[in-house]
Amino acid sequence: MTNIIKPIFEVDNLKITFDTPDGDVQAVKGVSFHINPGECVGIVGESGSGKSQTFMAAMGLLAKNGRADGKIIFQDHSLLDLSVEELNHVRGKNMSMIFQDPLTSLTPHMTILQQMREVTALHMDLSRDDTDRLCREWLDRVRIAESARRLNQYPHELSGGMRQRVMIAMSMLCSPALLIADEPTTALDVTVQAEILDLMDELKRESGTAIALITHDMGVMARMCDRLHVMRHGEYVEEGDANEIFYNPQHEYTKMLLDSMPRIDDAQRSSHHKLKPIDQNSAADDFLKVDDVKVHFDIKVSGGIWPKTLPLKAVDGVSFKLRQGETLGIVGESGCGKSTLARAVLQLIEPTHGTVTWLGKQINGLTREELKDKRKDLQIVFQDPLASLDPRMTISRSIMEPLMTFAPQMSKSEMKETVMQMMDRVGLDRNMINRYPHELSGGQNQRVGIARAMIMKPKLVICDEAVSALDVSVQAQIIELLMDLQEEFKLSILFISHDLAVVREVSHRIMVLYLGRVVELADSLEIYHNPVHPYTKQLISAVPIPDPEIERKRKSIKIPGELPSPMDPTAQLKFLPSKLKTEQKGYLPKLFEHSPGHFVAEHDKLEVLLS
Amino acid sequence: MLVSKKKVAQIVENADQQVIQGRSQWQDAMTRFKANKASLASVFILFLMVAVAFLGPYLNEWDYETIDWALTGNAAEMGAPSIANGHYFGSDDLGRDLYSRVMQGTQISLMVGLIGTIVAVVVGVLYGAVSGYFGGRIDNLMMRFVDILMSIPYMFILIILFVMFGRSVYLLFIGLGLFSWMDMARIVRGQTLTLKHKEFIEAAVAAGVSDFTIIVRHIVPNLIGIVVVYTSLMIPNLILLESFISFLGLGIQEPLTSWGALISDGAKTIQYGTLWQLLFPLGFFVTGLFCFFFIGDGLRDAFDPKDR
Amino acid sequence: MFSFIIRRSFSSIPTILILILISFALMRLAPGSPFSTDRGLPPEVLANLEAKYGLNLPWFEQLYTYLKGILFNFDFGPSFKYKDRSVNDILAQGFPVTLTYGIWSFIVAVAVGIPLGIAAAVKHNTKLDYAAVGFSIGAQVLPNFVMAPILVIIFTLWLNWLPGGGWNGGQWQYLIMPIIALSTSYMASIARITRSSMLEVLHSNFIRTARAKGLPYRSIILRHALKPAMMPVVSYLGPAFVYMITGSVIIDIYFSTGGMGQFFVDAALNRDYSLLMGVTIVFGVMTILFNTLVDITYAWLDPKIRL
Repeated sequence: MTNIIKPIFEVDNLKITFDTPDGDVQAVKGVSFHINPGECVGIVGESGSGKSQTFMAAMGLLAKNGRADGKIIFQDHSLLDLSVEELNHVRGKNMSMIFQDPLTSLTPHMTILQQMREVTALHMDLSRDDTDRLCREWLDRVRIAESARRLNQYPHELSGGMRQRVMIAMSMLCSPALLIADEPTTALDVTVQAEILDLMDELKRESGTAIALITHDMGVMARMCDRLHVMRHGEYVEEGDANEIFYNPQHEYTKMLLDSMPRIDDAQRSSHHKLKPIDQNSAADDFLKVDDVKVHFDIKVSGGIWPKTLPLKAVDGVSFKLRQGETLGIVGESGCGKSTLARAVLQLIEPTHGTVTWLGKQINGLTREELKDKRKDLQIVFQDPLASLDPRMTISRSIMEPLMTFAPQMSKSEMKETVMQMMDRVGLDRNMINRYPHELSGGQNQRVGIARAMIMKPKLVICDEAVSALDVSVQAQIIELLMDLQEEFKLSILFISHDLAVVREVSHRIMVLYLGRVVELADSLEIYHNPVHPYTKQLISAVPIPDPEIERKRKSIKIPGELPSPMDPTAQLKFLPSKLKTEQKGYLPKLFEHSPGHFVAEHDKLEVLLS
Repeated sequence: MLVSKKKVAQIVENADQQVIQGRSQWQDAMTRFKANKASLASVFILFLMVAVAFLGPYLNEWDYETIDWALTGNAAEMGAPSIANGHYFGSDDLGRDLYSRVMQGTQISLMVGLIGTIVAVVVGVLYGAVSGYFGGRIDNLMMRFVDILMSIPYMFILIILFVMFGRSVYLLFIGLGLFSWMDMARIVRGQTLTLKHKEFIEAAVAAGVSDFTIIVRHIVPNLIGIVVVYTSLMIPNLILLESFISFLGLGIQEPLTSWGALISDGAKTIQYGTLWQLLFPLGFFVTGLFCFFFIGDGLRDAFDPKDR
Repeated sequence: MFSFIIRRSFSSIPTILILILISFALMRLAPGSPFSTDRGLPPEVLANLEAKYGLNLPWFEQLYTYLKGILFNFDFGPSFKYKDRSVNDILAQGFPVTLTYGIWSFIVAVAVGIPLGIAAAVKHNTKLDYAAVGFSIGAQVLPNFVMAPILVIIFTLWLNWLPGGGWNGGQWQYLIMPIIALSTSYMASIARITRSSMLEVLHSNFIRTARAKGLPYRSIILRHALKPAMMPVVSYLGPAFVYMITGSVIIDIYFSTGGMGQFFVDAALNRDYSLLMGVTIVFGVMTILFNTLVDITYAWLDPKIRL
C-alpha cells in the first residue's frame, strides 16, 4: 500500500535526554511516528512515560536541561534545527498547543481579548476591528456564552472549563494544521471533559486540523483517536489503528492498561469481583445515620466599599444511612461538597446543622475527649498520598500514631510488631520501615495511608478520592486491597470519588451530589441502568468508555448553560427551572422515592431541560 | 557450592537493604548545606572570629578601657598599629588600645545579634503559631496589629525608649529583639496556616490525637526548618540595627563599644589620616556579616532548594 | 479598583491614630519632667514652665489638645528646648531636605535595582547574572553608615571631587554622596528580589503558553512576566521605604545635610520630647501613606485583588 497522503508531522528516531544531578536521564528513547493531515493521533501512557516530551521538543518548550536528538519534520520545517526566531513563525500559527492545567496557563493580569490579540498581531495581518470580530467568533465557536463580555474579563473570572475553551479558541485563531493537546481534560470535571472533547472533535472535522492528543485515559483515546501509540518508559510498546489496539491488543502492557480501566458500560464487570453482596435484612439499621446535615462556610465577597460575608452552602441538607459491611459511593463534580460531607461525618468539621448518629449514639456536638473513643472506629484515607503523611515522620511512626493514642498500654516492641504485620497486610516491604514518605512512590504512600487507617481495625473507613491521584494500574491494585480489607474486617466504606466508573465498581449503593444536595440515591446497578435525574444521566453519559465503537456511537447529554456558582441562590433550580418561572427562587428540590430504595430529587423532564 | 554462593549474595543484598536507611528532610538539607562551599567556609570563619573575640583579649597587655597616656591626643602620629608598643591595631583618639576594643566590640555585637534574635524568635514564633493555629477572628486581630506595627518606623520609637529609660546594654538586647519579631511572626503564621490545612494534620485529628500533641508532634517539627533559616538571616540584621543605633551615638555606652560605635569613631576621624581606626572594625564587621549572610543563604537553599 | 482605593485609604486612619497614641503614651511614661536638669530649677519655675506647656492638665486633656492641634491645625506645639521655635518651624526647615535626597535615593534604588534584577534573571547563569548576584551579596554588608565614610574617603579625601558634607541648597555635588550612600544596599535588595521572583515567574505555565504562541522573548518578558514578577518587589518597597527613612538620620548626621534626622538626634540627646514626637509622627505618617500607595499598586498588578 502506498502512502499517497503526505504526513504533516513526522518524528524520526527522537531521543530526549535530561541532564540531572543524578546523571543523564533518557526520557524518550528513540521514537518514530507521523501524523497525517486531519487525523487525531493519541499518545497514551502513565505518568513519567515521557509522552509529553516529544511535543515539548517540537514546540521548542523543553526544559533548559533537556536535549533532543533526532528529527522532527513539520510542513517541511526541521523543527529541531530552527532558531527560536524561525520557530516563532511556526508555533502558534501552523502548530499550536494546549496544556493540562487551564487554571495557570493563561496570563493572570491580561484580559482574554488582550491575550488573543497577541496571536493575531503576530501571525496575521488584520485590522483591529477584524481581530476583535475574529476573537469573538472563536469564543462563540467554543461555546462561551456572552462572548463579548467574556473577552474583557480576566482569567480568574472564568471557570476551569471556560479557561480551557479559551485556550482552544486561542490556539485555533490562525487555523493551525496541527493542534497538540497535552492532557487537555485531566483537570476538568467529566461533564466539562465531554464538552471539550466534543468541541475538539468538531474542530477536527470542520477545519481539518490534525490533533495530537496526549493522555493517560484510554476512554478519551477511544472517543477521539484514529491511531494511537502506547508509551512506556520512553518507548512505544504498541502502535496502530485505534480499533486494532482496543479490540486486539498485543503487548502485555496495553492489555494491562485496558484491563485495569473500570468500564461504566460493562454488564459483566458491573462491580468488582471481590465486592460481596450485602444482606439487607441482617445488617443493623443504626450503624451510621446521617440526618439533614448542613455545613455552611462564611465567604467574603467583594463589591461595594466594604466586603460582606455570605454563607457558602457546601453541604445543604444531606441524609443517608449506611449498613455494616456496605460501601456507599458518593459521586459528584468539584464543588459538590462531597469532601466536606466526609469531614462532617467524621466530625473533622463541625456540621452547621443536623445530626450524625453512630451505632445509635449521636456523635456531633461531643467534646474532643468524648469523640476520641469513637475515632478508633472511624477512619479516613485521603486523596493526596504524600500530603497525608507527615514529611518528618518515618512511615512506621505514621502508621503507629493511632496505636499511641488508643493503645498506650502497648509496649514499643508490641506496637512495632503490629505495624510490621499491618505493613505485610497492605503489601509494604518490612524493610521500608524507616523510610520517609518522599522516598516512596504514590502507590506505596497510599498503602501507608491505608495501613494507618486500618491499624485500629475500624468499622468505617471513608476513602476521599483515595485512588484518584494514582495511575490506572496502581489504582486497580489499591482498589483490590480495599476490597480484601473490607471482607476481612467487615468494613463499611464511604467511597468518595469524581470518577463514576470507579465508584460503580466498588459500591453497593451510590449517592449523587449536586451543589451540596442529594439528587439521586440508589443501588449501584439500578443507578447505572435506570438513572432518573437528568444530572445523573448527564454524568453517566459523559464518562468515556474505552471502546471506540460504543464510545463513538454514544451521545453525551449536554444541558445548556454553565454550571452555576454555589453562591447563586437559583443554582439549586438548574434542573427545576419551572419553579424559577413561578417566582420560587429559594425553593429547594425535595427528594422522593421513585421506586423502593431509589430516591430522586424533584426535577423537570430531561426533554424540557434540553430544549 | 553454588547454593552457598547464592546465599552469600542474598545475605549481602539483605545487609545492603538494611543499611539503606531513610533520609529525613533534615539529613537532605544538611547534605545540601555541606555541598555549599561558601557557607561551610563561613561557618569556619565565624567560629574563628568567636574564638578570637573571646580569647584574643588575653593575648594583649592592654584592656579596652585603659588609656595609654603616651598616645593621647596624637593618635595620628604615634597611634598607628605596631607590635612594638603592644597596640596591634593601633589606638583610638583617646589612646585606648584598638585591638582590645575591636575584640570587645565584636563580643557585644555578636551577643546583640544572638540575644536579640532569641528574643525575636521566641516572641515571633509564639505569636505566629498562636495566630495561625487558632485562625479566624483572633488571627485577623493579631495580624492587623502586626501590620500596624510594621508600618511604624519603630527605630524612632526604640530611640525614644533609649532616651527615656537610659542606654543600658540589656535594654539594647531586649529592645532590638522586641522590635524585630514581626517578620518572624508573619512567616510562622503563614506556615502554620498551610500546615493546619494539610491532610496529615487532619489524619492526626481523625486518629484522635489531641491539640497539644498535634502542635508538638506535627506542627512544630515542620516549622523548625523555616524558623532556622529565618533566624540565621535575622542575626546579621540585628547586628546591623545595633550598629546603626550605636553609629548615631545612641546605642552602646562608653567605655563599652560595638562594631557600629567603633565604625562611627573611626569614620569621624578619617580626615586626620587615622584610617586604621575605621578599617579594623570595618573589616571585622564586613567579614562577620558576610559569614552570617552566606550561612543564611546556604541554609535557605538547603531547606528550600529552588533556583534563586 | 476605586472602591479598593477608598477602602484602603480609610483603613490607614486608625494606624495613624495608633501611631500618635503610642508616641503620646511614651512621652507621658517618660520618667521625670523634660525640664528637670542637672542644675535643678526652683519648683515654682518648674510649675510655671509646666503650666506654659500644658503639662499640669490631666492626660486626656493634653491628648485632646495635642490631637486637635495636629489634626486640625497641623500644629505639633512648641519645642521644649528651642524656646522661641515651634516644632512646625523646625520640621518646615528639615523636611524639604530629607524629602529631596530621600526621593532621589528611592528613585535611584528602584530605577537601577529592578532592571538589574530583570537582566540577571533573563540572562540567568551568565556573567551578567553572576555580577549582579555578586553585587547584591556584597552590598548587603555595606549599609549607609559604612558606605558614607567609604565614599568620603574615595571621593573627598583621595579624588577630591565632591564636598564631604553640607547641603548648599541642594546643589548636585552635595546630593551625590547622600544618594549613593542611602540607596546602595536597598538597590541590591531590590535587584535580588526582582531576580528571584522573575526566575520563578519565568517557570510558570502561562509563560509556556506565551512561548507556544510564538511570541518573541522580549514581549514575553515585558508583557507577560514583568507585572507578576513585580508583585514581591512592590511589597518589599514598603519596608524599604521605612529603612530609607530611618537611614536618612545617618545621612543627616554624617553629611550635615540639615534634614530632619539631625533634629531628631539632637532632640534625642536633649530630651526634647515634643520635637521627638513631631519627627516620629511625620516620618510615621509618611510611611503609612507610602504603604497605602504600595498596596494600591499591588492591587493594580494583581487583578484578583482589584475588585
